[in-house]
Amino acid sequence: MTGCCGNESRFACWRATSAATGFKHSTNTHTLETPKPLHDASRKRGLSLGLRFLVPLLIVSLWSLGSFYGWIASNIVAPPWVVLKSAWSLAESGVLWHHLSISLSRAGLGLLLGGSFGLWLGITAGLSKLGEELIDPSFQMFRAIPFLALIPLLIVWFGIGESSKILLIAAGSAKPMYLNAYTGVRSVDRKIIEAAKIFGLSRWAMITEIHLPAALPYLMAGLRLSMSMALLALIGVEVINTTQGIGFLMLQAQEYFRTEVLIVCVVIYALFGLGTDFLVKLIERISMPWRRAHKERT
Amino acid sequence: MSQHTLPVAVRVKQASKQFSVKKVLDQFSLDIHEGEFVALLGKSGSGKTTLLRILAGLETVDAGEVLVPPVRTVVFQEPRLIESKRVLPNVLLGLPIDDDTRRAAKNALAEVGLASHEDAWPSTLSGGEAQRVALARALIRQPQLLMLDEPFAALDALTRLKMQALVQSLCQRYTPAVLLVTHDVDEAIQLADRVLVLADGKVAVDARISLNTHAAGAMPALTSYASSCCRRWACFRNSGRLCMRECAGNNLRR
Repeated sequence: MTGCCGNESRFACWRATSAATGFKHSTNTHTLETPKPLHDASRKRGLSLGLRFLVPLLIVSLWSLGSFYGWIASNIVAPPWVVLKSAWSLAESGVLWHHLSISLSRAGLGLLLGGSFGLWLGITAGLSKLGEELIDPSFQMFRAIPFLALIPLLIVWFGIGESSKILLIAAGSAKPMYLNAYTGVRSVDRKIIEAAKIFGLSRWAMITEIHLPAALPYLMAGLRLSMSMALLALIGVEVINTTQGIGFLMLQAQEYFRTEVLIVCVVIYALFGLGTDFLVKLIERISMPWRRAHKERT
Repeated sequence: MSQHTLPVAVRVKQASKQFSVKKVLDQFSLDIHEGEFVALLGKSGSGKTTLLRILAGLETVDAGEVLVPPVRTVVFQEPRLIESKRVLPNVLLGLPIDDDTRRAAKNALAEVGLASHEDAWPSTLSGGEAQRVALARALIRQPQLLMLDEPFAALDALTRLKMQALVQSLCQRYTPAVLLVTHDVDEAIQLADRVLVLADGKVAVDARISLNTHAAGAMPALTSYASSCCRRWACFRNSGRLCMRECAGNNLRR
């Protein structure tokens, strides 16, 4: 800011240069504009739903076209109508429901066991120094073990029955839950803890009324990851030493080269993903009403 | 003065507190009597908030004696409400929730003018509303010592005036011992019975404000203190309503 004029006339200098560059204040409202909102206006519900399914629908239509005009060999990827027919016959005969219910109960039980174990350990390690010292190093070691490598060992220990399968799913789904619960309960604003201390909250009330609600977003992320881990582990356990479940159905289809059944199973796994996402969103909505209040206000 | 006949509510004796190399409190002593409204002034980093946090039990002293009454509450600079609780449970934080306490909390909310907000979520409140909830939360337990840590600093001018009047009337009604930490000389003189200035870990000025001093504008001691540290004191006296935060914050040196 040196040059044309001295300090005392800097303002005048600025005015001179801005006039030279054509800047001037206008009282004409034609040049004004309405500020654009940060988010685009809320879309109609139907349109939003349609957009969500746009990509899967596009893939299915390309697949149909490819199969119809013979660009895709039907013995490599079965045409959609064959897949649908196969799904229908599997459903009608009850075979699908049988395998599906077995798989779902394995995944659900494993998730419940591993998730609650991880949650409990994570909260304990996150809240107490002693807990952190006792639990965290061991869990970090356990976390590093690829859990699918445990399959042979678990089979030796627990046999080829359900317990080894459920334990493996639990081992997989405990990890993300632990990490998120640990981080979540530590994420609470220090200032809120101080305020709660001033107003005489007991340790237990502090955990249930402050740490856990504040950790909920993390716990939801943990639940999401735990669910996908449970599915991954499910596939792992169901293609080895099993006679029931979606994984077994796939294995069988592979042996008889029934690509349409394989695709039915893949689609079922994909629907699992969609279903778990919906479930977590629902839990989020119910368990964190204060977030909704904030959203509705802004 | 009549306050001296009242029992002591807060006693700090020879207290010292050091953060790494900085001595925040140096052999600091202070008595606050029951029902006394004390304002604590001092420049940034002079230990005002540290003293309050020591009395609140959020910090410990390195040496010395600190005695406080059993029921004490704090209103912080920010509301510090729990976002996962609605307004009423926030006011009842740490208290058993039953019909009696609910009624008390509703009364407290009505007193701060938020009777219709008991079911609101904290995230939907404005800054002034949230701060009034924090005030209701502090008052409902009928504290013997109420600590206010720059509670009006984040509010706009108009809301600040309203809040100051509200605090004044509530404190006159419930007569707790009050410790108000502030940067605002004007606010200190208006609200307090006694104004302390903290400098170099000690009480630099201890001025009692009476109705006479209110009428005269300010105590001589405070005037001399203020004129020595801030040239705009005269301006403050003339205008009567100039926020002295800048002076108090930057130039406070005896």
